[in-house]
Amino acid sequence: MNISFPEPTITPITKPFWDSMEQKKFNLQRCEDCKHWIFYPRAHCPHCFGNRLTWQEATGKGRLKTWSIVHRASHPAWQSLTPYAVGIVELEEGPSMLTHLLIRAEELHYQLPVEISYHVLNERQLPFFKKRGGA
Amino acid sequence: MVKRPRGAIIGIGELQPERYSEGKTTLSLIAESVQLALQDAAITKDEIDGLLVGPQVGETPQHVPATVSEYLGISPAMSNTVDLGGATGAGMIWRAAAAIEAGMCETVVCVLANKNERDSAPRSPNRNPIREFDVPFGASGANTSYALLKRQHMEQYGSQQEDFARIAYWSRKNALKNPKAIFYNKPVELEDISHSPIISDPLHLLEIVMPCAGGAAVIVTSEEKAKKAAKQPVFLRGAGEKITHRAVSQAPALDQLPFQYSIPQSLRQANISAEELDLFSLYDCYTSVVAVQLESIGLCEQGKFGDFIRKHSFSHDGDYPLNTHGGQLGFGQADLAGGMSHVIEAVVQLRGEAGERQIPNAKHALVTGNGATLSETTSLVLGGELS
Repeated sequence: MNISFPEPTITPITKPFWDSMEQKKFNLQRCEDCKHWIFYPRAHCPHCFGNRLTWQEATGKGRLKTWSIVHRASHPAWQSLTPYAVGIVELEEGPSMLTHLLIRAEELHYQLPVEISYHVLNERQLPFFKKRGGA
Repeated sequence: MVKRPRGAIIGIGELQPERYSEGKTTLSLIAESVQLALQDAAITKDEIDGLLVGPQVGETPQHVPATVSEYLGISPAMSNTVDLGGATGAGMIWRAAAAIEAGMCETVVCVLANKNERDSAPRSPNRNPIREFDVPFGASGANTSYALLKRQHMEQYGSQQEDFARIAYWSRKNALKNPKAIFYNKPVELEDISHSPIISDPLHLLEIVMPCAGGAAVIVTSEEKAKKAAKQPVFLRGAGEKITHRAVSQAPALDQLPFQYSIPQSLRQANISAEELDLFSLYDCYTSVVAVQLESIGLCEQGKFGDFIRKHSFSHDGDYPLNTHGGQLGFGQADLAGGMSHVIEAVVQLRGEAGERQIPNAKHALVTGNGATLSETTSLVLGGELS
């Protein structure tokens, strides 16, 4: 059975993020007023509520806050890949994001340094993460 | 004196949770629940002039209060849909009292019910940020989200699998004294929980609530009217609520979760300390949710719930009676009505109607609700006497 993976529900506000992905660039919003980096993309800064947000390239580096090895996925397409790892990465720039981890279970630990690893799924580049300096 | 919303619970109704509800509708379960609560309060539906109801995804997504009013044949002067996930039940109680104090109505029915059908269709599609930034990475559903929070607690504080398993163990043990619980006659040992199948590591099957069908209704009225109630009224002594995020990836650090505001706020309003509480009726969709609440109440140090849970007894005759109805882990989670089960057990205990599991001289109960991934939290202090 060929079941496709659930696609992101892209909006006009988030589109620049996904467009940068296609060029393997990790562009995030930054607030011109309070200088905070923002993820996920929004129309207003959630820190100062200013609306002068610009897109800037981020390092793609961060540390692992937590993770789970999924044995029973809620979506049938993902179930075919179990067990797999997902986690929350705290980016060097500040915000946290949920991502897919290309890291072996026994190597996962709290605050593990990680970096972006672009991965094609459904013909779209997605920001997965791997061990920093890892293959 | 600290200001607080005043009101009292004079009637409760709860359906026995069942795994599947063949042929029922959410509206029919709502009506059954309300009928039980009216009978318990010994009033007629004509005395109801306020309605609080939960969202019913897939069945009545919009105009919920109007649809429910029409179905029940009531004409409320105040109505609202309360949408706080698992915190909805507890969140309704103080909202009802606040509406009564504002003079909008005098007697409010708070009702939650849901059918649960075999092979039911997926819920309505959404286009929110979770759908865009979590689901495409393979992380959909509450199990994975709560597994992430549990792992973070284990890594940050060194808590162990067995510490979490003990929470489910006590719930299942307490459920053996509640004939209405879905796990009434199904005992488990501590090892059964730790060795149950891994769903989303480090989360095991028996640390997760059983989804089922059911319903619950609670009638809240003014303190004045409660004095003439058929049964001993249960008074709202304090309430607290806090909402911080929606997606687990956007949750504040584990030592800043919203329970750390809502629980102390309810105790301050009630002007009592945690040690004066006779019952802890704490929302338990997953074991880890109870862990962070024990820490937020201040019964133990941040990160140290494991030591605390090993040293105490949590049954009705223990030193810290916790979820004496079995909690949702033992009683079952009838969708949003699961959260209301914690309110209803508090009322049953404070009235002295808990039978075999009755706590002697129960005067004050702490009741909590939790929605999404420790996102929406509500806390109530209920008391059997007017302060």
